[in-house]
Amino acid sequence: MINASLKALAGQLAAGTVSSEELARAYLDRIETLNPLLNAFISLDRDKTLAEARAADARRAAGSAGPLTGVPLAHKDLFCQQGWKTSCGSRMLDNFVSPYDAHVVEQCKAAGMVTLGRTNMDEFAMGSSNENSWYGPVKNPWDVNAIPGGSSGGSAVAVAARLTPVATATDTGGSIRQPASHCGITGLKPTYGVVSRYGMVAFASSLDQGGVVAQTAEDCALMLNVMAGFDKRDSTSVERAAEDYARDLARPLAGLKVGLPREYFAEGLSPEVARVVEAAVAELKKQGATVVDVSLPNTALSIPSYYVIAPAEASSNLSRYDGVRYGHRAAEYADLVDMYEKTRAEGFGAEVKRRIMVGTYVLSHGYYDAYYIKAQKIRRLIANDFVEAFKSCDVILGPVAPTAAFDLGSMNNDPVEMYLSDIYTLSVNLAGLPGMSVPAGFAANGRPIGLQLIGNYFGEARLLNVAHQFQLATDWHTQQPAL
Amino acid sequence: MSLTQQDVARIAKLARIAVTEQEIDAIGQQLNDIFGLIEKMQAVNTDNVEPMAHPQDVALRLRADAVTEQDRRDAFMALAPQTEAGLFLVPKVIE
Repeated sequence: MINASLKALAGQLAAGTVSSEELARAYLDRIETLNPLLNAFISLDRDKTLAEARAADARRAAGSAGPLTGVPLAHKDLFCQQGWKTSCGSRMLDNFVSPYDAHVVEQCKAAGMVTLGRTNMDEFAMGSSNENSWYGPVKNPWDVNAIPGGSSGGSAVAVAARLTPVATATDTGGSIRQPASHCGITGLKPTYGVVSRYGMVAFASSLDQGGVVAQTAEDCALMLNVMAGFDKRDSTSVERAAEDYARDLARPLAGLKVGLPREYFAEGLSPEVARVVEAAVAELKKQGATVVDVSLPNTALSIPSYYVIAPAEASSNLSRYDGVRYGHRAAEYADLVDMYEKTRAEGFGAEVKRRIMVGTYVLSHGYYDAYYIKAQKIRRLIANDFVEAFKSCDVILGPVAPTAAFDLGSMNNDPVEMYLSDIYTLSVNLAGLPGMSVPAGFAANGRPIGLQLIGNYFGEARLLNVAHQFQLATDWHTQQPAL
Repeated sequence: MSLTQQDVARIAKLARIAVTEQEIDAIGQQLNDIFGLIEKMQAVNTDNVEPMAHPQDVALRLRADAVTEQDRRDAFMALAPQTEAGLFLVPKVIE
């Protein structure tokens, strides 16, 4: 049962072979056993979870169950959820019990899904290793000496270790795809604007996008059907007709044009990752896909552009943490400015402070045009590269990260080194495109390696189709860590 | 560019983050490394390129000027570190 996909669990609930309460208990027991080792969850509340499960069983008995009613899930600890601590991995919000629900949480509740708990993450979603959490690092279940990736490391580990069938996540510069790759699971970051940001604790508003991690592409499609939708409370939510993201899953891949960006297979990519990606390309060819050489010439510029835009927006967004209306406040202070400065020095961790300071500088008087506007112009060039590339292909394929998961603690003192490892994921956020990570193999040391698929704007159904057909022919996504 | 100790102190002040004397060199070094990365942008010609703020380039929507929220003042104020008589308390700002 614990290893079943979301789809299979939904089927068992519909057939009446298991109740939602039984499912919730099984997962909670497993979490209780394994979470002390993995640290994937920040908050758990057995009574609340079981009450939700019993309500789902009652709804089913009343004949009003939807397709996912009673299925358990976990939420990344940055989706506000009424009555649950919403910490965002930060000491700043350690005492913040949300008084309202994020749109994503509302949608999952309306579907009748049951909350198992709230997953660990890099503080304010800033990080690629999950070492930046106030609640301690998350461990990779394939190798507890490896980072799980970040920032949605808790969500990715919870799915990989079968502590939940599915979890919500967010992706600002790779925070769904990179941990999914390092944990051997499937992750989907939708087109910017498809999932409402209402109630998501803001990091970089023009890049942040909610999504999902699960065992399979099919499960991602079912979850996106629940999570997506126009929401007028998010000013950047895109107004479009609802669609069924699972509609194209069964479509054969014959005739599919797969673009391979030559800049993604250049210097810096480890031979192990290259080997895995090439094997995946061979599999898609076997299914009738053709390969097209494409170019994304401004790829290298995604790093400086992102590390201006994201910190600038973070600096502005995180100015709300002032110790006045909610969150941490320093115990001792001389005056108002001293209160702000001590509150923020105590409440934020080192990486968050660094990014706020970078952002503060680039937005400060006299530097705005040289940095923020310049970065936004480069962002346009990067987006234009993709528009050009998609004239000759249906999906773009490449690595997620240059290497498999690195060791815990190995990059702690070198933020720039860590930033460079985001090279293949950042440009997708800058352009606002949908992207996936799909399990595709393992490194020699047994750590998983994912394949990145990038779709055109609103091309989620096609992307999920390609990932699903790949998963029908391979078994990388069904492999699981020994725990 | 290279940030001095004074620059770092000024940025920290603007960001309202207290930084100790002991921290300032290490933070300065890391910020300089990060700006070393960022400076690579400046070599790119972006004449006549329109800055991109939103992937879809959508216009912000307008809404009717109507009351849409319930009054939940007590629930929201319960989260504050210090309140009195429905007000948020902070150290004295104006003498």
